[in-house]
Amino acid sequence: MGLIQLGRHEKDGAPDVITGTVEKAVNWARKGSLWPMTFGLACCAIEMIAAVSSRYDMDRFGAGVFRASPRQSDLMIVAGTVCRRMAPVIRKIYDQMPEPKYVIAMGSCATSGNIYDSYSVVQGVDRFVPVDIYVPGCPPTPEALFDGILKLQERIMQKRVFVAQPDQVKARLKV
Amino acid sequence: MMNQLIQRLQESFSSGFVGATEWRGDVAVTVTRDRLHDVAQFLHDDPGMDFDYIVHVSSVDWPDDEERFEVVWEFYSIRKRHRIRLKTRVPESDCIVDSLTDLWKGAEFMEREVFDMMGIRFHNHPDLRRILMPDDYTEGFPLRKDFPLRGKGWRDTFDFLDEVPR
Repeated sequence: MGLIQLGRHEKDGAPDVITGTVEKAVNWARKGSLWPMTFGLACCAIEMIAAVSSRYDMDRFGAGVFRASPRQSDLMIVAGTVCRRMAPVIRKIYDQMPEPKYVIAMGSCATSGNIYDSYSVVQGVDRFVPVDIYVPGCPPTPEALFDGILKLQERIMQKRVFVAQPDQVKARLKV
Repeated sequence: MMNQLIQRLQESFSSGFVGATEWRGDVAVTVTRDRLHDVAQFLHDDPGMDFDYIVHVSSVDWPDDEERFEVVWEFYSIRKRHRIRLKTRVPESDCIVDSLTDLWKGAEFMEREVFDMMGIRFHNHPDLRRILMPDDYTEGFPLRKDFPLRGKGWRDTFDFLDEVPR
């Protein structure tokens, strides 16, 4: 966390005073409690389920509390092939999620449509929702999904909380 | 030895009977379009036939044939433990056959799928809408042989993106 440790407890020497920015504390809390939404669409969902179960245990990263409602979740893992008819549903669910919200495109289909270059398959979920992390693979292993979640956590730690994001500041200066 | 099902159908429907094949116990009977519903009624009601379960409805596209499409129903009798495949041919210019939903309620969604994918209409169907593709899909019928694999233009236009505030 990059926190500075000042004092120690007189009994066992454990740190009892730490200083740091509130921003970092908030980001730390956010990255440590990423509640994903169950959004399995195809075979990638099986790997996502395996990632949550006891052998891989996604709870180690604070991301194991899968919610069935978008209103309780922070992270949408789009796991599987997105068909044309599913696209408005995904967008609606994304709009229902409270800020801050993150999207992981899990697998080749959600990333780019994979081999399904056909009349009914969306060529990547990033065409209608902003994607933070792409996890490649067909399907990705649970370890690959963890890598994506850890990368997302790194990115959350770099976010500004109480002031505008750097890219938003630039956009405002242009006006 | 000729199959008993084929024999009885041939005797009962001399006018509508087109042909029949049997291969390793699989019986397939082709009938004309105008007698289709009568044959199906016979298969459903006759005590010797007693087909009480509809397995599947599908369709085949033969682009070079005069009567281009073929609609296929498969029935099974749970009591008699025999099955039959009923086929009929439809020309492209007049793409409609009788629906069998009045005899087997389970045909409803499967006939909707045939309509959605192949564009064959069903006469007397209670709710003939698209079932897999979006209701406003205008590019045609994706399972026809002359339909391009990548579709007819749609790639990534999402109408709903204009409705949400960005």
